[in-house]
This record gives sequence, structure tokens and C-alpha cells, in this order.
Amino acid sequence: MLEIDNLKVHFPVASGQTVRAVDGVTLTLSAGETMGLVGESGSGKSTVGKAALRLVPSTSGAIRIGDLDVTKARGPQMRKLRSRAQMVFQDPHSSLNPRMTIRRAVAEGLILNTSLRGRALNEKVAGMLESMGLPAQFHDRFPHELSGGQKQRVCIARALALDPDLLVLDEPTSALDVSVQAQILRVLRRLHEARPEMTQLFISHNLAVVRFLCQTVAVMYLGRIVEMGSVSRVFDAPAHPYTRALLSAVPVPEAKRRPDRIRLQGDIPSPTALPKGCAFHTRCPIAKKGVCNVEEPPEIGLEDGRVVRCHFALGPAPE
Amino acid sequence: MTDSNITATDLRTAGKPAPKSFRETRRMIRTYSRSFSSMLGLALVALFLFVALFGPWLAPYPEDAYGAVNFDIKLLPPSPDHWFGTDQVGSDILSRVLIGARTTLQIGLTVTGIAVLIGVPLGLMAGMVGGWLAETIMRVTDIFLSIPGLILAIAIVGALGPGILNAMLALSLVWWPGYVRLVQAKTLSLRNETYVDAARALGAGPFRILFVHVLPNCLSPIVVKASMDMGMAILGAASLGFLGLGAQPPYPEWGAMISTGRAYLPDWWWCSFFPGMAIYLTVLGFNLLGDGLRDVLDPHQR
Repeated sequence: MLEIDNLKVHFPVASGQTVRAVDGVTLTLSAGETMGLVGESGSGKSTVGKAALRLVPSTSGAIRIGDLDVTKARGPQMRKLRSRAQMVFQDPHSSLNPRMTIRRAVAEGLILNTSLRGRALNEKVAGMLESMGLPAQFHDRFPHELSGGQKQRVCIARALALDPDLLVLDEPTSALDVSVQAQILRVLRRLHEARPEMTQLFISHNLAVVRFLCQTVAVMYLGRIVEMGSVSRVFDAPAHPYTRALLSAVPVPEAKRRPDRIRLQGDIPSPTALPKGCAFHTRCPIAKKGVCNVEEPPEIGLEDGRVVRCHFALGPAPE
Repeated sequence: MTDSNITATDLRTAGKPAPKSFRETRRMIRTYSRSFSSMLGLALVALFLFVALFGPWLAPYPEDAYGAVNFDIKLLPPSPDHWFGTDQVGSDILSRVLIGARTTLQIGLTVTGIAVLIGVPLGLMAGMVGGWLAETIMRVTDIFLSIPGLILAIAIVGALGPGILNAMLALSLVWWPGYVRLVQAKTLSLRNETYVDAARALGAGPFRILFVHVLPNCLSPIVVKASMDMGMAILGAASLGFLGLGAQPPYPEWGAMISTGRAYLPDWWWCSFFPGMAIYLTVLGFNLLGDGLRDVLDPHQR
């Protein structure tokens, strides 16, 4: 359904350098699949999602949604893309036009992409909002009169109104209060049941949420995917040292100090100057001099279908 | 887990289902009327507009505004017959001030209107398009901003010849750069709002984004600036009139009246004092109105 092949997104910055936000990402989602895309801030995960909808121009590589080539689409094909792929953004407070009632906001996509007008349009919009738990007395309100969770449900309704085949969710819960997060997660969980054919790319840094919602997961570090596979395999037996560090950083409600906690040293390197060799070697607990800082690790396929980019994915680092 | 508990939360936060836009307006009116200075500004502007509309009917001696000469009653101090006194040719100053309000309103509206019409589209273009076009627009704007507006207007009127129309034209030509700066800055920040990205994801073209998503959100600062500029443009036109470059006597324009009255200071102070008060109160009114509107329309207040 969604195929991304060796996608690169580079941004020029004022100093003349280039930010390699996404640097060679390849991933495939089959129809109906929900993939979690996780990583630290600045790992390029949001950029992948935006590039998939062509909200940011891709530097090289190919993106296909079904039979539609996203990077080359023009005119009528672009229109088709708009009704096939939609996005829910991180911050619901800024993703609704403050001058539009929420009825108008949800109608916007339908006005632009369908011939629905008048009463039929109103009914469709009202139906979408009600299915998201927003009854009729809300429909003529402005965004600033709604809570964060309500706004995010309006955004989901707006994206779903076009019946997309692909839904990109860019950290849809991270700007919300914890109690409201649960509510949005339930809404998203129900989406799976209501629209089993819809493919979802769920971008998040919250591993528990990914485990709750997704079947497969891809872990990104500095614009590259370091590990990808089914949620159960990646979470139970992480093969990449970065995935292990991420998982061990998940807080557990215990007072005892965990001896197995892996602490990463230092910060994520600047994407303007990527480290030579494996991008992770500067912080990796098992990096080996002469290997990791020289050679870029190849993609290694594991028996369970996982793909890992680490020199030592098949065995521990020799001492 | 079910719809019902979500709906329950919604109903609790729902409040009264009053029609939305009405409530919003009422809230804005309440915020505005809470401030004394804003209400004073509104009153002054309302008084000015009333006088501008009905001046010729309110004036006790309307013919005095257009050069009637009566030397028997020249330079009389304020009295029940002539509340503001009379000037050096015996014209009633109250009549001239009342009728002059219409000229002043015309100047304010024309100058501000032309400035908005030139400045806002240029600012939108510079903010949305980028590249060499935006650079050119902004550099030309900078050049205009680097020259004091009134000096440039004086030069333009000097070249075109004195007169009320030329004064308005000159002021319009120097007034627009402020709007370009304001709108360009606002557009640049709005362009990166998530809801603009969302509109693009929904398939909105560049013009729809501009007119449906960006321009309506720029309107508040434009309205605030325009209401303040009404006052500033009136002051500018009066300055040109005072320098003898705007309206020519005996045309009833406040700046020109001060200029003529200056020769009779300080003994016959009322010749300059009353037109001066009229300018002062009008400009003050528009400035206070602008301040009040900013407090109401500023999104940070919400």
C-alpha cells in the first residue's frame, strides 16, 4: 500500500550546510497494516510522514501509495493523492484554522475533493463529527472553544472524511494531557476495527503506545531505519543496540534501580555532520573501533523477518 | 471504551449551546467596554464621524466655510453668536471647523485606503512567494521606510504643486510600506502554521491557502494599524496644510486654518486654538480606538 524506497530528504540551511533529515529510508506497508515509526526527537520520523504526503519535497528516492507515484504526481494525480492519503498532526491546537468553525474545517477537504454540496455535505460532516463523539451542539464552534482532545478528534474526523487509504498520524497524542491521551488512543484503536482496510503510519516516541496500536515497528536514528520488524519480536528481543537502549529507557513503576538499564552517553549528533560509518557508533555501548566508525553497517535480515542495520546484529561484539 | 463516556465528558464541558458568533461578539464588546480610554476613543471617533456627515447642516454660518468675507466682525473673541470666535476676514470659526471635518475624513480614508490597497497585496506576495520577488518588494519597502514619510510627501507635493488632492496622493505614496512589513511578517509566520500544512494535505491550492487560511488571520493587525493610521494620516495632511502645501485658504481644512491663524497669535488665539483642538481630539480618538481594538482582537488575549 505504501512503499518508500531509499527516501532522502535534505534541507539546505543558512550556513551552507545540508541537514540530512531523512537519509535513505526504505519501508513497505501492506494494506491494512499499522506501522509504528519511533525514534528520538530529530531522528527524521515526522519528515518521513510529511514526505509521504508531499508536504515536504523529497530530495531523492521513490514513494508510492498504491499505484500512485507521490514524488512525480502532477495536477489530477495530486488531487487523487489528497483523497487517498491524509494526516493527523501532532499539535491539535495549531492544526485547525482559528477562523473556521469545526463544521467548516471538516467540510474543507470534501469541498476541495468531492462534488458533495449543500445538505448532503452537511450530513456527511455532521456524521463524521458525531462518529468522533462530537454531538451537534459543537459543530458551529470555533477551535478555541474546544479542549485539546476534542480538537484532535476534529482533526481525525477531517482526515477520515475523505476516506483515505493511508492515514499518517504524527504523534497525535504527545501534545495532550495523559487522561485525554487515553481517550484518543481508544478512538484510534476503534479505527482499526471500523476500517480494517486502512493503512496507518503511526509516528511516535512513546513505545507503549506503539505496542498498543501497531503490528509492525520501524526504529529510526538520525534519518535511517536501524531496526524494523513485527512489534512482538522487536520489543521482546531487540537486535539493535539503539532499540535496546530505547526499550530500557521506558520507565517502570519500581523503586529499585535496574541493573540492566542502558544509558546512552551524549546527545544525538547533528544531522548536518553525520558521523562516519555507523551513525550510532558515537553513543553505542557495543561499538568496536575500526569497524563501526569506518564502515556503514549493511541491512541484515533476521530469520523472523526483521531488518537490522548493525554490524553485530547476528552475534555479540567480539571482545 | 465506548462512545457514551466520551460524550459524557463533552456534555460537561459544553456549557450553554448559544449561537457561537453572537457569543464571541458579545465577549469582544464586553472586553472593549471595560476600558475607559477605548470608550473615550470610540466616543471621539463617533463624534467626528457625526460632524463629518452632518457638518454643513450643523454649522451656524455655512457660507463662511467657502470664503464669505465680512470685515465688520473680524477677529471677534468667542461669544454666544460665534462660539469659537471669528477669523481675520470675519468668518465663523465654528462653522469652518465643523465643515472641515468632512475634508479631514476624506483625507484619512483615502490615504489609509490606498496604503492598505497597495501594502497588503505586496506584503502577502512577499510573505507567500519568497525568492527574488519577495527580496525586491522588501528592499524597495526598506528604501521607502528609510526616508521620513513627511519629508518625502513634502518633496512629492513640491513637485506636483500644492493642493488637497496632491497632498492626499503624496501621503498615500509614503504610507504603504508599513503595511507591507506588517503583512509580510504575519504571512511568514502563518505560512508555517500546522493548519496551513493541513489545508495543503487536504488539497487546497495556493490561492485558497492565501485567501481562506492566511488573509483572514492577518486581518486583526491590519484593522488595528488602519485605525491608528487614520489619525496619523489626518495629522500628516494637517502638517502639509500648515506648511501651505495642502489645502489652500479659504478652503476649510484644519491644518491650513492653524497656519493662517498663526499670524494672529497670541492675541487672537482662538483662530488657531479651535482647529488645533479638533485635530488633537480626532487623532487622539483614532489612536485610543486602535489601542482598544488591539486589546480585543489580539489572539494572545484569548
